Amino acid sequence: MDKLNLLLGLSLALFSIGLLGLMIRRNLLIMLMFMELMLNAVLLSLVVFSYQLAAVSGGVLVFLLFVVATAEIALAIPIVVLLVRQKRSLDPGLYADLKG
Amino acid sequence: MALLSPIVVLPLLGFVLNGLIALSGRRDPVALRAVTLIGCVLPLLAFGFAVRALWALEAHPEAALIEPLFTWAVIGEHHFAIDLYLDRLSALMALIVTGIGSLIHLYSSGYMKGDAGYARYFAYLNLFLFFMLLLVLGHSLLVVFVGWEGVGLVSYLLIGFWFKDTLNAKAGKKAFIVNRIGDAGFLLGIFALFSLVGSLQLDIIQQHFLHEDIPVITATVIGLLLFIGAMGKSAQLPLHVWLADAMAGPTPVSALIHAATMVTAGVYLVARLSGVYEAAPLALAIIASIGVATALFAATVALVQTDIKKVLAYSTVSQLGFMFIALGVGAYGVAIFHLFTHAFFKACLFLAAGSVIHALQGEQDIRKMGGLARALPLTFIAFAIATAAIAGLPPLAGFFSKDEILWFALSSSQGGHGVLWGLAALSAFLTAFYMFRLLWLVFLGQPRTEPALRAQLHEAPWNMNIPVLLLAAGSLVAGFWAVPGYLHTLLPAPAIMPALAGWHGGVAGLAIALALAGLGLAVWRYGGSRYQPAPAGAPMAFGLQNLLTNAYYVDALYQRTLRTPLQFIAQHLLWRWSDQRLLDGSLHLAAATARLTARLLAYLHNGQVQWYLWLALLGLVLAVLLS
Repeated sequence: MDKLNLLLGLSLALFSIGLLGLMIRRNLLIMLMFMELMLNAVLLSLVVFSYQLAAVSGGVLVFLLFVVATAEIALAIPIVVLLVRQKRSLDPGLYADLKG
Repeated sequence: MALLSPIVVLPLLGFVLNGLIALSGRRDPVALRAVTLIGCVLPLLAFGFAVRALWALEAHPEAALIEPLFTWAVIGEHHFAIDLYLDRLSALMALIVTGIGSLIHLYSSGYMKGDAGYARYFAYLNLFLFFMLLLVLGHSLLVVFVGWEGVGLVSYLLIGFWFKDTLNAKAGKKAFIVNRIGDAGFLLGIFALFSLVGSLQLDIIQQHFLHEDIPVITATVIGLLLFIGAMGKSAQLPLHVWLADAMAGPTPVSALIHAATMVTAGVYLVARLSGVYEAAPLALAIIASIGVATALFAATVALVQTDIKKVLAYSTVSQLGFMFIALGVGAYGVAIFHLFTHAFFKACLFLAAGSVIHALQGEQDIRKMGGLARALPLTFIAFAIATAAIAGLPPLAGFFSKDEILWFALSSSQGGHGVLWGLAALSAFLTAFYMFRLLWLVFLGQPRTEPALRAQLHEAPWNMNIPVLLLAAGSLVAGFWAVPGYLHTLLPAPAIMPALAGWHGGVAGLAIALALAGLGLAVWRYGGSRYQPAPAGAPMAFGLQNLLTNAYYVDALYQRTLRTPLQFIAQHLLWRWSDQRLLDGSLHLAAATARLTARLLAYLHNGQVQWYLWLALLGLVLAVLLS
């Protein structure tokens, strides 16, 4: 039991680090990495809970979510590349005029 | 077989057909011929039906013809029926309206030829006949009121017929608004009569007042309220201001609506409800006073007018004043007699004036006429006959009726008085003077027309001359039909003061002498070639002339005392303050609040992704804390 709580604490720590980094860093690529960190924190908690409940489907779901995360980053990176082509910068504050 | 409804329905049919042609916008010769045919034949048919109805009535003259059409409304125990009613009085009126109306329709087909609104004009004119006949033949005051308002509407439409000129449109509005003041009184009178009698049927009201004991004050109030309506419609002081401006309409309209028929509706109304006034001597005295004041007022104003139609308009106001004098001394039949003869000679005068204006291509200033008798002989003859008739020269129509009015003004036991007679006689003298002045200035003396125009002068076409000549013939002979005697059973003549019995001949002689004096004075002043008019715009020779030319500044007085304050209230209080500040302001305030809130909230949406994340975190924290 202690081991599981430890893992959940790790998940919380990873998520907090990811959120903090996402909010304070001014580099789009770094921000994307922090986002991945948050996602992995959530996946870790998912694995913990599925183990706790002895549900096999949780493990399967995690692998599917890996695929989703891969697809997501595969879309996000080209968008960043296109943005950088416009203004030669990775600072998200420069792209504020993209607001709807 | 319906006797009365065709009289009313035929002109309505004409209005519908001509209105459809006007709406279709067709102006080809076929459509125009159809308009003329519909417009002229249907009133003539209505006249035929009116004659037939009179025939049927005369078979049993003591019983009026009543033709129920339908029930308009049933409220509680009260049935408001649409009935038509024909007795000798309404038969006479219906004959005047359809007969003279038909002639004026025929005249209009010449006068309005080539006008862009030809079909619209005939549609309006037919509609006028419909409403006027409804007014005359209505059995219930409600129907009369519908007709009353309807003729007011058509009058407005036709005064402003050439509405592209703002002045004409304004004149139409003026007529309508001034009439509304009178109509308010009429409507209140109808309400009062209904609450008193419980019915609006004219004969029931009449019987009620003749046989029941009505308090004098009630009868006086009702009588005066109805008379306010008559004042508006018949252009009596102080509601006379619209009639002179109403001359902005086409001349045949002035002849039909503003001389022969509509403006006499007030006289008809008072005569129709004579029972009310029999119970209210004070109301009669007021009617007589206003009548004589109007007659004298308008006669003096007519002395100096330089527009041929304005002279005739003030003359109409003056003659209507004469009719109200007769009503005011209880001689209702005599008033209707003068209405009858006046319809002939005034319509004739207006139509002849129309022919003159037509020949001069729109010129109405009598200072630029003169010597037209040679170019327009038929028009001149007709105008001269009608002038002599209105001046009261025997044996023409106006003499008989005006003589009776003067006689009863002096001798009636219901308010006849020497002063009343004196003022009326003075008005009659002035009438003779200004009418012969008009005749001389227009048709005799030196030609003062534009030389270029003089060569083109021509007599009007036959369809304009025939009505004028027929009306002139009517002005010659209409006086020989003793209308007061014909209407005696409905409208008995008032008793004569015993001291004056036997003096009728002498008074009549005096009236003739006055008319001849007026003629003589006009000839002396304007005859021959001595008269040279002051050029337009020249300063007036003396103050009195200024006063008269401006019709005693009544318009200016209304302008100062009514229009200016009303406009101030409308513009500053209602428009600028109430509408623009209060109503618009409150809406603008609401809009500004919304816009300010939106601008403040827009700062949240600044495009900074990380700012959004902070907000999301804040929201998350709040959600956790508050849950």
